Amino acid sequence: MADVIDSLADIAPGSALDTIRTRRPQARLHAQATYDSLFKPASEADASKRERFAIALFVARLHGKQEITAHYGKLLEADPELQEAVRMAAAAAGSQGPWGRYPVGPLSAEDKPGAADRIALPVRDQLGERIAAALEHAHMLVYHPRDAAPAHLQALLDAGWSTTGIVAISQLVAFLSYQIRVMTGLRVLQARPR
Amino acid sequence: MSEKVLTPPEHVEPLVFTRDQLDWLPWLEPMAEQDLTARHMAALVDAARAKSPYFRLLVRDPEVLEARTRTDKDIFYNSDAGLPRAERELAAAATSRFNGCIYCASVHARFAATYSKRVDDVDRLLAKGVEADLDARWNAIVAASVALTATPVTFGPEHVDRLRAVGLADAAIVDVINAASFFNWANRLMLSLGEPSATGAAANR
Repeated sequence: MADVIDSLADIAPGSALDTIRTRRPQARLHAQATYDSLFKPASEADASKRERFAIALFVARLHGKQEITAHYGKLLEADPELQEAVRMAAAAAGSQGPWGRYPVGPLSAEDKPGAADRIALPVRDQLGERIAAALEHAHMLVYHPRDAAPAHLQALLDAGWSTTGIVAISQLVAFLSYQIRVMTGLRVLQARPR
Repeated sequence: MSEKVLTPPEHVEPLVFTRDQLDWLPWLEPMAEQDLTARHMAALVDAARAKSPYFRLLVRDPEVLEARTRTDKDIFYNSDAGLPRAERELAAAATSRFNGCIYCASVHARFAATYSKRVDDVDRLLAKGVEADLDARWNAIVAASVALTATPVTFGPEHVDRLRAVGLADAAIVDVINAASFFNWANRLMLSLGEPSATGAAANR
């Protein structure tokens, strides 16, 4: 199967960036392996594919990159109602990160406080409580991760996520934060020949 | 009946960015060491990581942890061409400083200082933040890392030009992109699944 980062960054076999990426073969291989494990999971017991695709599409939309949004939108193609609910949730939640608070002390001078995302009705009902809670958590991870607190994880547990499920969806959001940046950086570099 | 988050034991919360060795306390239950199977041990990659609550929590998803770890090691340790290790660590430290991950910044500031021998510059980055004036080359690497870390990403052709102007070949620029991007992965896990503690090694010194 095609390498997702290469495909989203338009890196053609034999191109200059393809050759450079060959020098980091394990990073290339295992970024793809991460993607495969997240989106074709061995078990859906703790986080279903439908839930994973919805969270991924939300995170993609928050990053405002058309290629990535199109890619993750496609994974949710079979479920247009959920796709639309995610679009509405993301449209109401756009921000610019990173912001958040530090522990009270000398770093408080650098605090950039903001409000956590709260998905309103009727979108919340369309998403269902598990996905709505996951998207609110994803919003914090994407824009203001330094605000993270145990209460955020408790909200996920209360919405029905297991500890293992929380690890899986945290990895999903964190991995996308990586993948989107690599893809964006490589595209910029490729469009700027020496 | 849902599960409950962990309440960390009493500890000293670090209040500034530091190169000191910190501990990390989980908010969710890691796997118990005695429950780790051969699959989990393989996913940890280094057997010593069975002692780490962070890795024993992430190993609940072994496939993803193993792939994450092998991605990480190639980006930072593969010495075939590209950016010197010290500057890959600088990108990791700058990303962590900008996102606000005190734990990740401590680890990678230590590595950046060790490999570059520029302890004062690394400390200035920690104390003053990503606007600290280091030198033209390090400023360009920090600025590129910050632009890659912003959401939405603001990295553009001007960052590529600036990196080239201070002597980076395209293979080195790809290493900056990989290192800063990878820490956007790592910071989010470290920040959201537990918290740093200044007890332990730092408090005992």
